[in-house]
Amino acid sequence: MKKASVNSIETFGLVDGPGIRTVIFLNGCNLRCKYCHNPEMWKFAKKNYSSDELVAKIIRNKPYFKNNGGVTFSGGEPLIQYDFLKEICQKLKKENIHVAIDTAGICYGNYKKIFKYVDLILLDIKHITKEGFINITCKDEFDKFIEFINELNKTNIEVWIRQVIIPDVNDNIKYINNLAKFIKNNFKNVKRIDFLPYHKLGNEKYESLKIPNPFKEKDEMNKEKCNELYQEFLKIYLK
Amino acid sequence: MKTEWEGFNKGIWCNEINISDFIKKNYTSFEGNEDFLESKTIKTTKVWNKCENLLKEELKKRVLDIDVDHMSGINAYDAGYIDKENEVIFGLQTDKPLKRIVNPYGGIRMVYQELEAYGYKLNKNVDKYFNEFRKTHNDGVFDAYTKEIRKARHVGLLTGLPDAYGRGRIIGDYRRIALYGIDYLMKSKKDEWDNMEIKEMSEDIIRLREELSMQYKALNEIKTMAKTYGFDISNPATNSKEAVQWLYFGYLASVKENNGAAMSLGRVDAFLDIYINRDLENGIINEKEAQELIDQFIIKLRLVRHLRTPDYDELFSGDPTWVTCSIGGITNEEDNMVTKTSYRIIHTLSNLDPAPEPNMTILWSEKLPENFKKYCAKMSIKTDALQYENDDLMRPSMGDDYAIACCVSSMRVGKDMQFFGARCNLAKTLLYSINGGIDEIKRELVIPGFDKMLDEVLDYNKVKKSYFNMIEKVAKIYSDAMNIIHYMHDKYAYEAGQMALHDTNVNRLMAYGVAGLSVAADSLSAIKYAKVKPIRDKEGITIDFEIEGDYPKYGNDDDRVDNIAKEILNKIYSELKKHKCYRNAIPTMSVLTITSNVVYGSKTGATPDGRKAGVPFAPGANPMHERDINGAIASLNSVAKLEWEKCCKDGISNTFSIIPSALGINLNEQINNLVTLIDGYFSQKAHHLNVNVLDKETLIDAMENPEKYPLLTIRVSGYSVRFNRLTRKQQEEVISRTFHKKI
Repeated sequence: MKKASVNSIETFGLVDGPGIRTVIFLNGCNLRCKYCHNPEMWKFAKKNYSSDELVAKIIRNKPYFKNNGGVTFSGGEPLIQYDFLKEICQKLKKENIHVAIDTAGICYGNYKKIFKYVDLILLDIKHITKEGFINITCKDEFDKFIEFINELNKTNIEVWIRQVIIPDVNDNIKYINNLAKFIKNNFKNVKRIDFLPYHKLGNEKYESLKIPNPFKEKDEMNKEKCNELYQEFLKIYLK
Repeated sequence: MKTEWEGFNKGIWCNEINISDFIKKNYTSFEGNEDFLESKTIKTTKVWNKCENLLKEELKKRVLDIDVDHMSGINAYDAGYIDKENEVIFGLQTDKPLKRIVNPYGGIRMVYQELEAYGYKLNKNVDKYFNEFRKTHNDGVFDAYTKEIRKARHVGLLTGLPDAYGRGRIIGDYRRIALYGIDYLMKSKKDEWDNMEIKEMSEDIIRLREELSMQYKALNEIKTMAKTYGFDISNPATNSKEAVQWLYFGYLASVKENNGAAMSLGRVDAFLDIYINRDLENGIINEKEAQELIDQFIIKLRLVRHLRTPDYDELFSGDPTWVTCSIGGITNEEDNMVTKTSYRIIHTLSNLDPAPEPNMTILWSEKLPENFKKYCAKMSIKTDALQYENDDLMRPSMGDDYAIACCVSSMRVGKDMQFFGARCNLAKTLLYSINGGIDEIKRELVIPGFDKMLDEVLDYNKVKKSYFNMIEKVAKIYSDAMNIIHYMHDKYAYEAGQMALHDTNVNRLMAYGVAGLSVAADSLSAIKYAKVKPIRDKEGITIDFEIEGDYPKYGNDDDRVDNIAKEILNKIYSELKKHKCYRNAIPTMSVLTITSNVVYGSKTGATPDGRKAGVPFAPGANPMHERDINGAIASLNSVAKLEWEKCCKDGISNTFSIIPSALGINLNEQINNLVTLIDGYFSQKAHHLNVNVLDKETLIDAMENPEKYPLLTIRVSGYSVRFNRLTRKQQEEVISRTFHKKI
C-alpha cells in the first residue's frame, strides 16, 4: 500500500469545492509562487499516512458530505504524489465520495491515470503567459501547465478555475481581458471561476520558517476592487 | 365538551390532564418559509422602547431595584405594569419592571450578601422572621452536611451546589392552566388527596399528602395573583390571548415563588399555535396581532430577574435565568411539530433584538422541514442566539412532549422533575490521585487513604488506577451532598406552585454533572503517550508537569484519547449510580459547565496535559482551546462519541464558534453549510450544539469598546449571554477558544 506525506487535515473545508469537505494537504511542491500561503508544504516530510488510514479518517466525516461535499486534495501540489493519489482516489470512489483535486497542474508523473477517479479539478491559474508564469512561480513550467489543460480537456471532469488577484501584478483590465479569452479558448468543461484576492494570512509562516518572503511588503488585494474586476471579467467572459 | 374547547378535536385530553394528546389531535404543522411573518406593532414598539431604557439603566447599575419589604411568594406583590395601555400580556414579578425579589427560603445569608453588594438593607420584620422563627434550606443543609462534603465544597471539588438558593431546573406544565383552567387542576389535586390509597401511614405518604395540600393552595394563590391583574383564570382560556396570558401566569407564579438558577418555560409552540390558529380561522385576530401576542409574551420573559451575589455572577454571568423555550421537534409518529408559532417565537429576535432570553432551543430532527432548518440557521448566523438539541436522540426515551430545562436537561413536561446538582471537578480529582488526596492549592487533605505518587515519570496504569479509585470516593461524597440538599430543599423551599403543575406521581431525576472532562482526558492521554514528569515542591505536592513528546488530544477524532474521555464518563457515572438517591430519583449526569469553566479552572492547579494552574477549562464537553487542530468536523466527531444514552442523559454541551467567512462565501451557502453541519453532527447521536458565527476580532473589539456592541449576543455553554455582561476573565476565555477557520 502506498504511503503519503500529509502535512495536515482540515475536516471543515468550505471553500475548496462544493459542500463541506475534508481537505487533505499533501507536502511537496515544484513551484515557488510568490503569493503562496502554505510555504510549510513546499518540502517533503516523512511519509505518515497509508491510503487506508486516510480513507478511514475521511469516512468518519461522511455524515457531513451532503450537497456534493467530499474530499479535496490540496497542498503543496498534490499531483506530485500521483501514485498515492491514484490509489486513494480509487478507494474513495468505491466509497462513493466526491473527490476534488486542488492543483496548479504541474506534474511530471503519470497523473492521467488519476482522472477517472476524480469529480472535480480546482485549477489555479498562475498566469496566462510563459513570462508571467515564471515571474509568479519562479519556475519555468508553463509548458507543463498547458499540457495539463490539454489532458484535462480529453476528460469530462468538471473544472473550477481560481485566479489569485495581486495588486500591481494582475489587477488590471488588460490581464482580465486576456484571461477571459484564455479560458474561453483553452478549456472544455469550466463550471465556475473564482477570483481570490491576495491576502497576507500566510506571512507569519514565512517568518517562523525563516524563508524569504518575496511579497513581504505587498499590500493585500482590496476585496471590493477584486470584485469589480470579477464583474468586468464576467462581462467579457460571458459575451 | 366545555364551550372554551369549541372547534378543537376531541380526545382523551378531554377527560384527563393530557396536554400531549391535545396537541397531537389539534396542531397544524407548517412546512413553509418565514415570508408570512409580520413586524412588530406600534403597541409592542412602545412597550419595548420603555423596556430598552430600563434595561440600559439596569446595565449601568447592575441591579435596577430590589423589593426589600416583601418575601418571595406567588401572591406577595401588587400588580406591576410597564406601559399598561400598550401591554397585551400582563404580569411582572414585583410591582415594577426589573425590580428584584428577595427570596430567603433558600438561605438568609445569601440574601444579606446580595443586598449588601447593591447597597440595600432588608426590612427588619422580614429579617426577624428568618433569623428567629423560620429555618431556611441552607440552615437545614448545613445541619446535615458531613465533614467530607464541607471540605469538598470548600476546595472546589464540588462547586455550584444549590445549597444556598433555589435549585431550579423544574418546568411546570404551564399549559395546563390555559387548557383546563385553575379550578379543574385544583379539583384534580383535591380528588387525589381525598382518594389516596393508604396502606401504612409512612413518611412518604405523609410527605406526599402535605405536598399535595401545598400544591392545592399554590394553585389558589396563582388564581388570586391573576385576579390582581383583573383576570379570572378559574376556567380554560377562550382565545389565543387568554391562552398566552393564562400560561404566562403559571410561569410568572414560578418565578415569583422561586429563584432557581434555571427557571425554564417548557415547550409551548405547538400548544399556543392551536389557539392562534383557531382565532385566525375565526377571524378574531390577524397575523400582525398573532405576532404581537408572541412579541409581548417574549418581552415579559426577557424581564425575569433574580437577585444574585457577585460570587454567583462569577460562576454564571450576564444575569442568566434560563427561560429555556423548546421549539420544533417531531412526534413519535415522525410528523413535523414545527408550527407557524415556532417561527413567530424565533422571529422576536428580529422584531425586538437579539437577546439571550428566552433561551431558544431548537429540538432538531433530521426530519424537520428544510425551510425551518434554513430559517434557524439563518437566525443563528444573524443573532448567535439559538441552541440545537438532538430530538432524534432524545425522543425514543423522552417521547414527544419533553422540554429542555436550563441548557441541556430534557424532561417530560409535567411528568419528570429533577434534582439539580451542579458538578464535580474531574481534573481536580485527577490531581488528588497524584497528590495523595491533598488539595494542590489549599494544601488540605480532602480524601484520605491515598499515597502521593513519587515516580519521576508518571505511569499511565498506576495513575489511572489511582484516579478511578479517587473517582469512587468523590462519587460517594457527591451523592451524599445531593441527597442532603434535595431532602432539605423539599423540606424548606418546596416549589409548590411548580409541582402543582406536574402529575402527582412525578418521576424524579438526580442530575449530577461533571466539569473538566477534556482536561482529564488529555492529561491521561499525555501520561499514556508522552512522557510526563511531575514537578514537586518541598512538601512533595506536584505543582506542575513537564511534558516530553506529543500526545493525542481530545477534539481530533482520535480514538486513542476519545476513548479515554468515554471511559472517564462511564466510570464516574457507574460510581454515582451505586448510591441510592433521595426519593428514589434516577441518577443522570451532564457534561456542562455553563460559564463556570473559568472559575473551575482558577481553582485547579496545573494538570498533566500542560494546562497551567488557574487556566480556564474548556466549557462543557468542548475540547481544550486550540487543541482541536483538524478542523470543526474532527472536533465535533470527538464530542459526538460521548454517550448520551449510556451515561449522560442530562446532556452533553458543545459550543461551536466559527468565523463567518469560513462558513461559506455568501449567506445562502453559509445557511446550507450550517444545516448540513448540524444534520451531520446529530446523525452521529451527538446531543447538543451551541452555534456562534462571529469573528474573534469582533469579540476583542467588543471587550475593549463595549459601548459599540450593546446587543452582541454569544452562546456560551448552554445559554446565550450579552457579551458585555461577562466578566473580563470570561470574555478572555471566550476569545481564547478555538475559532474554526481555514485560509
